[in-house]
Amino acid sequence: MIEAKDLHKAFGTVKAVDGVSFRARDGEITGLLGPNGAGKTTTLRMLYTLMAPDRGQVLVDGIDATLEPLAVRRQLGVLPDARGLYKRLTARENIDYFARLHGLPESLLKTRREALIQTLEMTDIGDRRTEGFSQGQRVKTAIARALIHDPRNVILDEPTNGLDVMATRALRQFMLQLKAEGRCVLFSSHIMQEVAALCDRIVVIAHGRVVADESPQALREQTGENNLEDAFVKIIGSDEGLAA
Amino acid sequence: MSMHTTPAPIRSRALFTVFLKEVRENLRDRRTLISALLTGPLLGPLVFVMLINVSLQRQFDKIDKPLPVPVIGSEYAPNLLQALKAGGIVPGPAIANPELSVRQQENDVVLRIAPDYASSWRKGEPVQVELIYDSSQRDANPAVERVSQLVETYARQQGAMRLVARGLSPGTAVPVSVARRDQATAQARGVLMFGMLPYFFVLTMFMGGMYLAIDLTAGERERQSLEPLFANPVPRWKILLGKLAAISVFSTVSLLISLVAFSVVGHFVPVEKLGMELEMGPRFGAHVLLMALPLIVLLAALQSMVAAFAKSYREAQSYLSLLMLVPIIPSALLSVLPIKAQDWMYAVPLLGQHFGIMQLLRGDSLSLHQLGLCMAGSAAAALLAVLITAQLYRSERLAISS
Repeated sequence: MIEAKDLHKAFGTVKAVDGVSFRARDGEITGLLGPNGAGKTTTLRMLYTLMAPDRGQVLVDGIDATLEPLAVRRQLGVLPDARGLYKRLTARENIDYFARLHGLPESLLKTRREALIQTLEMTDIGDRRTEGFSQGQRVKTAIARALIHDPRNVILDEPTNGLDVMATRALRQFMLQLKAEGRCVLFSSHIMQEVAALCDRIVVIAHGRVVADESPQALREQTGENNLEDAFVKIIGSDEGLAA
Repeated sequence: MSMHTTPAPIRSRALFTVFLKEVRENLRDRRTLISALLTGPLLGPLVFVMLINVSLQRQFDKIDKPLPVPVIGSEYAPNLLQALKAGGIVPGPAIANPELSVRQQENDVVLRIAPDYASSWRKGEPVQVELIYDSSQRDANPAVERVSQLVETYARQQGAMRLVARGLSPGTAVPVSVARRDQATAQARGVLMFGMLPYFFVLTMFMGGMYLAIDLTAGERERQSLEPLFANPVPRWKILLGKLAAISVFSTVSLLISLVAFSVVGHFVPVEKLGMELEMGPRFGAHVLLMALPLIVLLAALQSMVAAFAKSYREAQSYLSLLMLVPIIPSALLSVLPIKAQDWMYAVPLLGQHFGIMQLLRGDSLSLHQLGLCMAGSAAAALLAVLITAQLYRSERLAISS
């Protein structure tokens, strides 16, 4: 479980995140929806301890991220906004590197890695150097290395960005599988359809604040709009920066 | 996949993991390899040997060879000319414009004998001969020196003979004479030429680690792989240390190759003509390596620090090219200003290594005290640089490329 409590983060005079609180539960997919520049990435960066909040608290499985950042990182699998691979290493070597940084024993490393390569359907690219990978192949590799230590919580920053239709479909299936395994899945998106189709819970962020935190059904009821798209526009106050 | 209740895993390997990955990745990069293992360590020795050979060759050529000198008015002083010929000078025919000729480097030196030479000589009056040369042509100086010495020797002999003819002791005219007792060994004299050698070594270490240092900070950020890396449960200082270790190993290997190359090419330097032995064998190599080790870490930390400041790979590259000029300062300065080595100077990074290497080349041994100072001083500076870089690594902005 991931909990954000009243997070604040400013860069100079710009308040990127200005009081964000929500809870992402185990066995659920939580979507962080908001227009570009709403503060989604900054919020996620505080969750995976890349940045320290100016104010507020992050708890992952009850562990405070400020006090024990390393313990929190152990509980998390992260696909950040930046998903650069080491292009002179093969996909397998990229995955192994992160596995060893997590301190995984070599025997366990091999079985986990091969299981992920099977699940993510990347057997054909496993031993290729990642230079020249397609966007989809790159995201698969980045996800595999992020999940190699079998984390209970998974954070994905705009995971479908730049993917084609087939890759997007496969990724959504994979997220549902993670949920079925009982993990806590938190992902950000600016695509309404995606969030509506996948999420058990939707946290809508605009101008650094949470403007709604409901199930898709409750959102429709709350706004009185039958169409989810209209509901979002009503909540955010404009349709700027959102994609259907 | 089943979820796993993570036991406290062994994480002491993290530093080594980072190190191994960086080494493996960079061994696959042709540019890094060429710079670290080929151009960096081998260019120095090659250029060095070529320069030394050319300059030695020129010096010795001038001493051994007969020296052609145009003489104006040779008919007035046949005896003087005879003496010059005995000294290896080949008198040439007179030329019209000797001043222009030496300025245009057609001749190193021209001798002019005045028409009244013979009559003055007979009267026992002092006579003058002119040497026309251009002292800004440094190449000509040995020739001028040679002719001038021959003329003076001839004058002294003739003077002494005149005194003897008048029944006086030749010593009357020379109340005080100077006897020079040069204590410089042939070794020490030759070493003057090798003043830039320490810089070649420093340059090699610098080049060996440079591409790694750029790649490991600015490069990794530009390729957006630093943020995912920092999401791993490894403290940033461990990641930094792993990277510094990789940089240091590359630059040490560069230095080793360079030392081996120098000891090989050392045989092609005609040092025996200088009457010296060039000590660049295993003992020399081992000492240089010892002195260089802390300096290697210092350079690695400085390079990483500079590369961490840069916004992009290219920016880091241009900053580092500037940084590369810093180590030239002590070597260049000391070859112009001869400073006597004080004990504390051995503790100054770069300066200490310069003195140490020069001392070894001269054939003197390095005292344990000096070696200790040199290593401790550089190690302290390296530690400081590592700490500052580690502090820099904690910055939130470091990982973020956009």
